[in-house]
Amino acid sequence: MKFKVLSFVLVLMVVLAGCSSSETGGDETTEIDFWFPVAVGGDVAKIVDGFVADFEKENPDIKVNAKYGGSYAETMTQVMASAQAGNSPELAVLFSIDLFTLLENDLIEELTPMFEKEYLNDFYDGFMANSSIGDKVYSLPFQRSTIVLYYNKDAFKEAGLDPEAPPENWDQLVEYGKKLTKNGGKDQWGLEIPSTGYQYWMFQALALQTGDNIMSEDGKEVHFNAPYSKEAMEFWLSLGKEHKIMPEGVIEWATVPSDFLSGKTAMMYHTTGNLTNVKNNADFDFGVSFLPANNEYGSPTGGGNIYLFKDLPKENKEAAIKFMKFLTEPERVAQWSIDTGYVATTESAYETDLLKKYVEEFPPALVAREQLEYAESELATYQNGEVQKIFNDHIQSILTGQSPVDEGLENAQEKAEKVLEPFQE
Amino acid sequence: MTTKQRKLSSGARNNLFAYGLLFPSFIFLSLFTFYPTLKSIQLSFYSGPMTRLQFSGLEQYKGVLEDEIFRKVILNNIIFMIGTVPTSLFLAMYLAIWLNKKMAGSSLLRTSFFYPTIVPLIAVANIWLFIYTPQYGLLDNFLHMFGRDDTNWLGDPNTVMIAMIVMIIWKDAGFFMIFYLAGLQNLPRDVYEAGEMEGAKPFQMFRHITFPLLMPTTLFVMIVAITNSFKNVDHLYIMTKGGPDNASNLLLYHIYEAAFTNWDLGKAAVLTVILIVIMLGITAFNYLYLDRKIHY
Repeated sequence: MKFKVLSFVLVLMVVLAGCSSSETGGDETTEIDFWFPVAVGGDVAKIVDGFVADFEKENPDIKVNAKYGGSYAETMTQVMASAQAGNSPELAVLFSIDLFTLLENDLIEELTPMFEKEYLNDFYDGFMANSSIGDKVYSLPFQRSTIVLYYNKDAFKEAGLDPEAPPENWDQLVEYGKKLTKNGGKDQWGLEIPSTGYQYWMFQALALQTGDNIMSEDGKEVHFNAPYSKEAMEFWLSLGKEHKIMPEGVIEWATVPSDFLSGKTAMMYHTTGNLTNVKNNADFDFGVSFLPANNEYGSPTGGGNIYLFKDLPKENKEAAIKFMKFLTEPERVAQWSIDTGYVATTESAYETDLLKKYVEEFPPALVAREQLEYAESELATYQNGEVQKIFNDHIQSILTGQSPVDEGLENAQEKAEKVLEPFQE
Repeated sequence: MTTKQRKLSSGARNNLFAYGLLFPSFIFLSLFTFYPTLKSIQLSFYSGPMTRLQFSGLEQYKGVLEDEIFRKVILNNIIFMIGTVPTSLFLAMYLAIWLNKKMAGSSLLRTSFFYPTIVPLIAVANIWLFIYTPQYGLLDNFLHMFGRDDTNWLGDPNTVMIAMIVMIIWKDAGFFMIFYLAGLQNLPRDVYEAGEMEGAKPFQMFRHITFPLLMPTTLFVMIVAITNSFKNVDHLYIMTKGGPDNASNLLLYHIYEAAFTNWDLGKAAVLTVILIVIMLGITAFNYLYLDRKIHY
C-alpha cells in the first residue's frame, strides 16, 4: 500500500512539474515584447527579424522579442488576452481602427508628449486621422494601405479603350465596364468590388466620393443612412443589377485578385497591400489608378499602426519608444514599402534615394500616395467590431436583394446607434 | 464482526486507491473543463468592456434572447442539424451494408469513402470553396454542360446553407460508415440464417433484423453527429464568415465573433452557457430516454 501511495505521489509530482513555468532573470538588458501580425504567405517576418537584429546591434542593452501573431484579428486576440492577464506587451502592431477598443479597455499610452512635433508631422495626414483623436496622438502609422483601381491594359486595348486612360468618374466606369464585359460576364467581367470581409471599407470609398465619411471623428456616431450613403449604395447595387458589369450577389474578398490575375475581370477595387502580389503574378500589362470619382476623389485608408502599452517600467518604456522611432526612420519605411507594397507612411521616406529609384522603375507605387490627398480615415467607432459587423451584414443583405437600399441602411443605422448609445455622454 | 470491519476497510482502501488513480485525470478535467465552465457561467452575469466588467445579473440573458441575430443563428443551427444528421446517418448505413459484402475492390471503396474524414475541416473548406466558386468553379463548370448559368452558391442566402450541408455530409458520412461497418461485423449470423430459412426478402431482413440490431450503433453515431452539427464551424471562417448577412452563421461561430471581434466577453459567456445547456440536453435525452428503448 505504501508503495502504491508513493508511486501515486510521484505521478502527481511529474504532472505538476509539467505545469510549472520557468522564469528568466533579466540582468543589464531591457527586454521588450513586440507583437506583429503576419499575413499568410509573406516574407514579412524575415524583414521584421532583420529590423530587430539591426536595432539590437545599435542598442546592445535592449533585447526585442518579436512575436508573430498570425492575422490582425489573431494578434489582437493574443494581445488582449495577455493584457487581461496583466501581462501586456510593450509594443504591438494592430489595426489602426482598434484604437477605440484599446482605449475603452484603458490599455494604451498617449504618444503626443513623447515625440517632437516635427516627427509626428512627417506622417501623412490621411494616416494620422485614424491614429489620433482631436490633437491627441495614440499610435504611429506603420503598414498602411488605401483602395486603388487595378485595371488590365491588354483587356482595355482589346475592347478598343485607351490603356493609358483608366475611368475617371462613375459614368466612365460604367461605360468602360460595359465595353469590357464579354458574353454577359461568362468570359470576362468589367469590374469586381469585393463584398466579404471588408465591404464596409469599399462602401466608404463610394461614400467619400459622393459626399462625406460614414462616422464622426470621435467614434460615437455613424452616418449609414445619410443621403450620400444611400447614393453610394444605390450605385454599388446598380453595377451588378442594372448595368450587368459585375457579378451579382456577394463577391469573395480573396478571389477578386485571382479573378483579376486570371483575366476573369478587367478591373478590380482592391487594397494597395496587394500591389506586390499583382506585380509578381500578372502575365499581362496592368495599370493602377485613383478610384473613379463621383463628386470628388476619395478612398479610406486601412492597415495597421504601432501602439505603446500602458503601465510599463521606465526603462522598458524608453526602450520601446526607441524601437518605435527606429522602425519609422525614412530608410526603413521606404524598404518596408518596397518589400510589401504598403504605402510608405512618411513624407521623408519618399525623399530617400531608395524609394525614389523604385518609384521611377515602377510608377504604380506612387498612385496610392497621390490619392492620399483625398484619403480619409477608415470606419472606427467604439464597439468597432460590433458596429462593423452590423454594417457588413446589411451591405450583404442589400447586395443579395434581401432588403432594399433604404430599408437596409436605415436598419443598420438604427442598430449601430443602439450599440453606440452608452458612449453618447 | 471484526472480520467484517476489516473487509469494509479493505474495500474502502481499494476505493481510495481507485480514486487516487483517477485523481490526475480529475485535475486535468477540473482545470480544463469544470473550471472554464463555471467561469463562463459566472462571466455571463457581467457585462461591459473586458477590463472593466460590471455585474449585470440576468440583463444580458434577456438581451441575447431578444437579439434577432441570435434567433437566426439558432434557427440556422437547427436547419444545419436537420440537414446533416439524418442524411449522413442514412448514407453511412447504406454504404456500410454495401461495403460489408465480400466483393472485388471493397477495400479501395472503403478507403475512398473514408478519406474525407481524414482531411481537416479547414482543408475541406478550401477544396469546396473552389468547387462552389462561381464561373470557373468545379460545380458551375459541371452545370454549364447542362446549360445552367453561373450560380453564386456561397454569396446567395438561399443557397449558402444547402452548400454547407452538402459539404458536411460529404465529410462525415464516411466517418459514420466506419462505425456501422464495425457494428455489422459483430451481428450474429444465426439470426440471418433463420431469416433465410423463413424466406425473408432482403428488405425485410434489413427492416426486421439489421436495422434494429444496429440501433446501439445508430444511437452512438447520432449523438456524435448532432454534437458535430454544433461543433463544426471551422469552415465558416474560410468560406463565408457566417454571411451573407448571417445566412450561414452558426452558434459556435457566433460565440467566436462575440468574443474575439466584438470583445463582448459577457455576451459570449451567455451564448456559451446556452450552448452547454443545448449539448447537455441532447446528451441527456439520448442516454436517459432513447437508450432505454433499445435492445442490446
